[in-house]
Amino acid sequence: MTTEILMPALSPTMEEGKLSKWFIKEGDKVSAGDIIAEIETDKATMEFEAVDEGTVTKLIVTEGTDGVLVNSAIALITDENSEDAIDKKISIEKVQTDTNLSKAKVKNQIKPLEDNELEWDTEVQTKTQTVREAIRDAMAEEMRRDETVYLMGEEVAEYQGAYKVSQGLLDEFGSKRVIDTPITEHGFAGIAVGSAFAGLRPIVEFMTFNFSMQAIDQIINSAAKTLYMSGGQMGAPMVFRGPNGAAARVGAQHSQDYAAWYAHIPGLKVVQPYSASDAKGLMKTAIRDDNPVIFLENEILYGKSFEVPLLEDYTVPFGKARIWHEGTDATIVSFGIGMQYALEASEQLQADGVSVEVIDLRTLRPIDYETIIKSVEKTNRCVTVEEGFPIGSIGNHLSAVIMERAFDYLDAPVINCTGKDVPMPYAANLEKLALTTTAEVISAVKKIIYK
Amino acid sequence: MATKKVTRKSTEGKGNLIKFYRDMLLIRRFEEKAGQLYGMGLIGGFCHLYIGQEAVVVGLEAAAKEGDKRITSYRDHGHMLACGMDPNGVMAELTGRSGGYSKGKGGSMHMFSKEKNFYGGHGIVGAQVPLGAGLAFADKYMKNESVTFTYFGDGAANQGQVYETFNMAALWKLPVIFVIENNQYAMGTAQERSTSSPEIYTRGDSFGIKGEAVDGMDVVAVRDAGVKAAAHCRAGKGPYILEIKTYRYRGHSMSDPAKYRTREEVQKMRAQRDPIESIRSLLVSEKFSTEEEIKIIDKEIKEIINSCAEYAKESPEVPAEELWTDIYA
Repeated sequence: MTTEILMPALSPTMEEGKLSKWFIKEGDKVSAGDIIAEIETDKATMEFEAVDEGTVTKLIVTEGTDGVLVNSAIALITDENSEDAIDKKISIEKVQTDTNLSKAKVKNQIKPLEDNELEWDTEVQTKTQTVREAIRDAMAEEMRRDETVYLMGEEVAEYQGAYKVSQGLLDEFGSKRVIDTPITEHGFAGIAVGSAFAGLRPIVEFMTFNFSMQAIDQIINSAAKTLYMSGGQMGAPMVFRGPNGAAARVGAQHSQDYAAWYAHIPGLKVVQPYSASDAKGLMKTAIRDDNPVIFLENEILYGKSFEVPLLEDYTVPFGKARIWHEGTDATIVSFGIGMQYALEASEQLQADGVSVEVIDLRTLRPIDYETIIKSVEKTNRCVTVEEGFPIGSIGNHLSAVIMERAFDYLDAPVINCTGKDVPMPYAANLEKLALTTTAEVISAVKKIIYK
Repeated sequence: MATKKVTRKSTEGKGNLIKFYRDMLLIRRFEEKAGQLYGMGLIGGFCHLYIGQEAVVVGLEAAAKEGDKRITSYRDHGHMLACGMDPNGVMAELTGRSGGYSKGKGGSMHMFSKEKNFYGGHGIVGAQVPLGAGLAFADKYMKNESVTFTYFGDGAANQGQVYETFNMAALWKLPVIFVIENNQYAMGTAQERSTSSPEIYTRGDSFGIKGEAVDGMDVVAVRDAGVKAAAHCRAGKGPYILEIKTYRYRGHSMSDPAKYRTREEVQKMRAQRDPIESIRSLLVSEKFSTEEEIKIIDKEIKEIINSCAEYAKESPEVPAEELWTDIYA
């Protein structure tokens, strides 16, 4: 009998991975528990054990293959005790088809929309990079430039980052500047703030922003307020960064979006990038900024690829929104992973003949109100999109500002598409319902254009 | 703590004793004046006086070297004066005027001086502990030989973040002295009602941090303990804990009902263990100073205090545009 060995899912958001190494070859006998392969996921490089006994009859995926989809067959094992030639043959055929399919399914990179207003000159060369790599490159570039910049957090050094964002930094900068901490967010956040008072520029990684709640007193009461309370004498030039918002199937305590929480606080700057080029350019700006910056990343976006300009020093200023898509019938304002729904909605609406302007805020403190107001004055309609809870959301705030500053231009109420007002459920179907969706964004736009 | 009045021979030189006397008296008189101005409505909000605890900061400042840093809680006026900050600027901050150290935007609990390496003045109980370790982290990172005096009270010693910090400070051998000013009351809760073990100086044991208890009413003993602790830190051996047993004569803040201890307890401490009186009597008994000479010091201090109170009253109100400055660098 022949058994397929399937590509395993090794993290909550893993959809694909790299089969970096085989430890077996065709003809080898394996028993359950033998390490047969090394698999690189979005989070880590892990060894993979056999669960069945038998002889390896085929290695379907060759070592070094990237983008192998979870649950696709990677090898065949035949148990000689009940060998069945026909069964084996069928399996191999089936798997070959699957492999072809999986090759075809290796993930497409997100192509910038054609009318995307590029942030760099057209003659500038670009390279395709994931958000994860872009953030790492930004940190590395700034650490090379400025000795006072250091990275601190749980598993940032030897583990290479819980989400692999700090991969390679320990090797380059050493343990003095890439520092593994104990699991004590309150304490290490405070130590980092103190070191910033004394002239260093820490980057504090929270494994996820959910854990920043342990440290939020130091972030708000110490980092954000000291410049003011000291009459300008000392402040905290530093970055708090890490994944924020829902990942996939990690339940209520690991899925919250803190955009509105931190955007509430004077003294903080708040960044929530969508694309890799923005993540890179904004991270460099954040590290150079003399204020505490909250840099909200997203686990699902980490693995997404975008074009990043090959410029020696690419920075993106705070407080300047990016118009991804110009349009005339309605404006969608979003940021971070919300942009995914906003862009998908705008494409589908465009197919229906609705012209939507899509604005990516990129920074939530400061917010580029001018770009929003100008757009609403043109389209007269606005939908906001975010994953956070509805009450006191960024969308609520934008609605108020639009009402105050562009009331006479509005032809319809502003609609806020947000996450639902419930703790994040674990069940896959409920989780989908709890998040905002492209369909909801489309229906919100249709509602305000009265179609 | 012993309650016998200290009448012993001094091995300390005249110059040091006079400086201790002067520095402690400055704090005492400053705080008394602050209490008065509070009563007159010129100081608002929370105001936590340091009266009774003066020997702690004055002793430790005598152990500090150029470049050393200090950070403390909201009972901070004494620390600022002891490290050489200008009484005018401190008092004007208490009155919320533009001549204050934070231009009137911080108040009693939130004052800073980059020039004097005074890093606050923090209003959240225990929050200054990791911050202080962070200052020491920066010194170690930049290869400075400075130490950071991180002050907190017996109440703050029960905060979780203190132990997170002990762990990292020991792990990373940070040059930080954790100074626990044990004035025996966490606001109105006596130590035995809030703290499971009375020996707070042993709280570093499980992290491998040495600690010792110090008589905080004896400025010389405090200074000696400070010198020892600082030498330990400067030698690269990591943090050190000093539990300094002291006593606060006044309430926790100005609005203290004083129901949690007897008047007699306070009076007894005052009469028998006052850190300023004991130095004063030592100066006389050792014939270092005559009563006349001491009175001259008293008068000088009185003048400084009166003039800082005047400054604080006369300093202009904070211009309205200051509302919107110093939010971002």
